[in-house]
Amino acid sequence: MTTIQKVSAVPSPRDAGEDGGPLLEVRDLHVEFHTRDGVVKAVNGVNYSVNAGETLAVLGESGSGKSVTAQAIMGILDMPPAKIPQGEIRFRGQDMLTMSAEERRKIRGRRISMIFQDALSSLNPVLSVGYQLGEMFRVHQGLSKKEAKTRAVELMDRVKIPAAKARVDDYPHQFSGGMRQRIMIAMALALEPDLIIADEPTTALDVTVQAQVMDLLAELQREYNMGLILITHDLGVVADVADKIAVMYAGRIVEQAPVHDLYKRPAHPYTRGLLDSIPRLDHKGQELFAIKGLPPNLLRIPSGCAFNPRCPKAQDICRTQIPELEPVTERDGSELPGRAAACHFWKETIHG
Amino acid sequence: MGRYVARRLLQMIPVFIGTTLLIFLMVYALPGDPVRGLFGDKATTPSVIRALRHEYGLDKPVLVQYWDFMKGIVLHFDFGKQIASGRPVTEILGEAFPVTLRLASLAFVIEAVIGIVLGVVAGLRAGKAADTVILFFTLLLISVPVFVLGYILQTVFAINLGWLEPSVTDPTDFNQLLLPAIVLASASLAYVARLSRTSVAENLRADYMRTAIAKGLPRRRVVGVHLLRNSLIPVVTFLGTDLGALMGGAIVTEGIFNIHGVGGTIADSITRREGTTLVGLVTILVLVYLVCSLIVDLLYAVLDPRIRYA
Repeated sequence: MTTIQKVSAVPSPRDAGEDGGPLLEVRDLHVEFHTRDGVVKAVNGVNYSVNAGETLAVLGESGSGKSVTAQAIMGILDMPPAKIPQGEIRFRGQDMLTMSAEERRKIRGRRISMIFQDALSSLNPVLSVGYQLGEMFRVHQGLSKKEAKTRAVELMDRVKIPAAKARVDDYPHQFSGGMRQRIMIAMALALEPDLIIADEPTTALDVTVQAQVMDLLAELQREYNMGLILITHDLGVVADVADKIAVMYAGRIVEQAPVHDLYKRPAHPYTRGLLDSIPRLDHKGQELFAIKGLPPNLLRIPSGCAFNPRCPKAQDICRTQIPELEPVTERDGSELPGRAAACHFWKETIHG
Repeated sequence: MGRYVARRLLQMIPVFIGTTLLIFLMVYALPGDPVRGLFGDKATTPSVIRALRHEYGLDKPVLVQYWDFMKGIVLHFDFGKQIASGRPVTEILGEAFPVTLRLASLAFVIEAVIGIVLGVVAGLRAGKAADTVILFFTLLLISVPVFVLGYILQTVFAINLGWLEPSVTDPTDFNQLLLPAIVLASASLAYVARLSRTSVAENLRADYMRTAIAKGLPRRRVVGVHLLRNSLIPVVTFLGTDLGALMGGAIVTEGIFNIHGVGGTIADSITRREGTTLVGLVTILVLVYLVCSLIVDLLYAVLDPRIRYA
């Protein structure tokens, strides 16, 4: 059997992994933190993949392990206390966890870059934004200080910061929140990486600016045909930009689906709860829905399905047996591509 | 910036008047008399003493004396005369100050370099063995009094081992000044190390450090540029004021190592109750200190762009 390599006229062709697989593939990733109180199991066997030009949204409450997974991919976890006991993170077919520190450093920023949540604290307060942007070119491409500054101005223009040339020597605190987040985006885009991980890029911004920043990010992603992992707890943000969604709970993926399928027919009670808790205009005056209880303590994850203490559908089996992430099918058994759920009662949940 | 500097310079005037007046009054309040001190045990007639007192203006009310003294400084840059030798205070200070300046700069370099290096090493390894050792060592330096440390180092390194000179015969020779400079620097060195350790350990957890690593910068650059630029801001403040303090001389250290610097001269004038000499000396030191702190404040704005002086 031969694979036909399609040489298409798609702008900026980005090849997938050397083995023809996805751009990034996370396989059975576990991350734990060894603290004085015990072992915190932050990520417990996460699997997901992203292709070039694709947007994966990772959804979940605080403490569900979505950021930790991202930091493990970036290789910016503090180890110790963090530890990766098992799992693989394959970037273009190569496992990054077995690479040397120097190889990983060269991937960071150049091939995979990250946008952080709070741009004010994530930018260095005592260095000008031009310097911080230019640093990417100076370190990775060996450009001179002057060339790097020219490129920094271009980048700032690229993310639509007005009067870029005049503002290149300004410091982060002199910019507004939205502009600062644009600078973070510019920094992540600087070397046109294959994959961008955006960790709650709009959480610290007000709603109108959120939309602008998301639009910009989506536009640039399309243009450069990059893979994007969008970490968020905001379902509204996800619907417009994501191709597929992974919902995380207590360090596991509980449901995976193409974006619109998930909104239409969730297959996991947790996802359903999340969707129900979005305030709706036509339910004005009624009480807002909330998922009962609190996210689990990661030091003592409940036995069985981690969601069972909060789940309205929980049965005895949920308290004893951990549900695997299984493919979800139609009522007649026909395949639903890209869908999977980790619930003993997914059939009841999706088919009602 | 210019306006800020002008304002700060103007602010120096009341500080200057206040400190000099305070010193003047304190010296005046001390028991004893410089003119009587001149004669020691020898007997003399009250008329001679009265004549001498009149010559130095010591018979006038204290505030008038102060007024005359300030007038001399402002109009003729005249800081008064030393009564024992009859030489101008500026001349005496001119001899003592270069010695102290050399000693202070050497001590300052030792303090800054070793202090920051120890602090950064400890901060980067906070909680590990190296950190504990450095913390213990600096605690030792802080808690041992200068004269104990001075004599110990002198005995061990100069007399027993013979590596360094035990006392200073030529104050222009930096080799001889090395040991006293180490003693002088020791306590401040410990403070600098601890201050930079805390600052480094704290900034290490900052979000922008995570960003710097995520940018794929080499560790050298992450630490050297992103971490140090932020961590050294409080250290620079401390170093600046400490430089001012070092310029004031070190009575104990100078005594142990036989150095004739500002500290010794001040000690001499106190024992001889020579108000004018003392006030003259201290006035110049106050000026040095004020200028040092102004420079630190300006440097602060250079290091931290969030601080703007208007």
